[in-house]
Amino acid sequence: MPDSASEPYDLAVIGAGHAGLAGAVAASERGLSVALLDASGQLGGQFYRHPAPALGAVRPQALHHDWAAFDGLRRRLEKSDVGQFLGHHVWSVVRESGEQWAVHAVTGADGGDERPVRVRARALLLATGAYERHLPFPGWTVPGVVGAGGAQAMLKSGLVLPGRRIVVAGSGPLLLAVASSLTAAGARVPAVVEASGYLGYARRPHVLAVNPRKLAEAAVHASALLRHRVRLRTRSAVTEVHGTDRVEAVTVARVDPRWRPVPGTGRRIACDALAVGHGLVPQIDLATSLGCATRRAPDATTSLVLDDLQQTSVPGVWAAGETGGIGGAQLAGVEGELAGLAVAARLHGKPFLTEHGRARTLRRRRDRMRAFADAMAAAHTPGPGWSEWLTDDTDVCRCEEVTAGRIREAVTDFGARDARTAKLLTRAGMGWCQGRVCGTAVACLAARGDDGTVPPSVERRPLAVPVPLGALASLDEPDEPDEPDG
Amino acid sequence: MARTPGELVGARPGTPFEITVDGRTVTAMPGQSIAAALWGAGILAWRTTRNTGRPRGAFCGIGQCYDCLATVNGEPNRRACLLPARPGDAITTQEGHGHAGLGV
Repeated sequence: MPDSASEPYDLAVIGAGHAGLAGAVAASERGLSVALLDASGQLGGQFYRHPAPALGAVRPQALHHDWAAFDGLRRRLEKSDVGQFLGHHVWSVVRESGEQWAVHAVTGADGGDERPVRVRARALLLATGAYERHLPFPGWTVPGVVGAGGAQAMLKSGLVLPGRRIVVAGSGPLLLAVASSLTAAGARVPAVVEASGYLGYARRPHVLAVNPRKLAEAAVHASALLRHRVRLRTRSAVTEVHGTDRVEAVTVARVDPRWRPVPGTGRRIACDALAVGHGLVPQIDLATSLGCATRRAPDATTSLVLDDLQQTSVPGVWAAGETGGIGGAQLAGVEGELAGLAVAARLHGKPFLTEHGRARTLRRRRDRMRAFADAMAAAHTPGPGWSEWLTDDTDVCRCEEVTAGRIREAVTDFGARDARTAKLLTRAGMGWCQGRVCGTAVACLAARGDDGTVPPSVERRPLAVPVPLGALASLDEPDEPDEPDG
Repeated sequence: MARTPGELVGARPGTPFEITVDGRTVTAMPGQSIAAALWGAGILAWRTTRNTGRPRGAFCGIGQCYDCLATVNGEPNRRACLLPARPGDAITTQEGHGHAGLGV
């Protein structure tokens, strides 16, 4: 805590997942006053999402890898004097003066309480994680089709399943983890459908060799899937969902290396739910609104450019975890701790001792895990042929119900060449989710996949979450600093 | 081998309570979100879309997609995947933007 309520914190950490927790604890243990904010009412972010205490789970670790790492950080956090602002949805971060930042949030489980909160700090650590990347297909709006990450999240926190017989599909390593959790929790998973192969990993044998924990994790999932007789179909995709008000079956077809469905290969699989996702997208709205430089990651997502000590291109703003490129929870923890050490060194006015033991270990681990993440990302990048499984009446934008046919019309008849123009012509990406769900797809369709790659989608959102007008209006009221809850 | 998620994590929840969905009674566990309580009762849709009136429910599960919007105790546009269920909550299927009563 700062010495007096009117003083800014040394560091505000946004996001209490593995990266944010590790950063907050590391910085606090080196003497900084730290505020930790998260939209959720619980620590852990998406990876360590777990049931609320009232559900009385005595073995929450049964749904997690490396629960001990989270438990350890949580204990250190409880011993620290980090100000915890849980249930705080950060909608904007602004620079108030040279070395002072203001973090604006609204409160409540879904941000609906309309009580605006402002937290001031001398430095920022953005650990805002990621959300799931989706590619549309006919029938993906039928109830029973859920995000793969969504199924995982609802299971981890609510102890519920979307059905009894769940096909898992899309692309990326998350699919194996999700299938493994669903089967452990009692669901039958008739198939895991992966559009890429796993050969991509084999092209970087040296990267695999220095990341034995990742191989061990994959082996755990693989043996769980074998035990539950889950069939893994690579180079395949769900090209259609059957059912009107509820999923009844899916059609799975072979796809070529460019993800183009191979005609005549479709097979129907009966199921009552489909969990689908095509990788993750870094959540960088707050960073881009501050002007932080971005890069195109190997999986075609947009992530932040970071220096060797996790600082963004904007001095005073650090980032860790998925914001710097999708890499998983272990990497996020390493980067968070490194960022926490770097901020502490900077604010204490000490040069960062890059040869200092802990920092050297962390940097070496980070570089090794980043190399693995890049290999993995490259192996699961969507191929340009995916849009061939769309029909003209497939909804692409779920919020505004904009079909593929209308977006194609905007491109062929009205000359749209990018997601922004397609949005202005059709409203795709203009709804509640602000294009988070359809962004990749609209960008691909607008660019017509000409060069065979996924084009960048619109990642600039001046307000990171919806804000009631009342909260904006009260910003002009006399300044009362906000106190943490914990 | 666990047959339910609750068995897997050894859940010993507090006393279950009731909420209603369009008048139908559903049992919720303390600590569950509204969306989780509905999934637990086999209900996957509690909203109809603005243009075509198609059913929707939770999709992303983490508050990002807004597909799970519901009218909760008369207030529209609440994210059911984030809101904890509370005893006596009345959920009604949200039609369109949920402000039909305003005539907008």
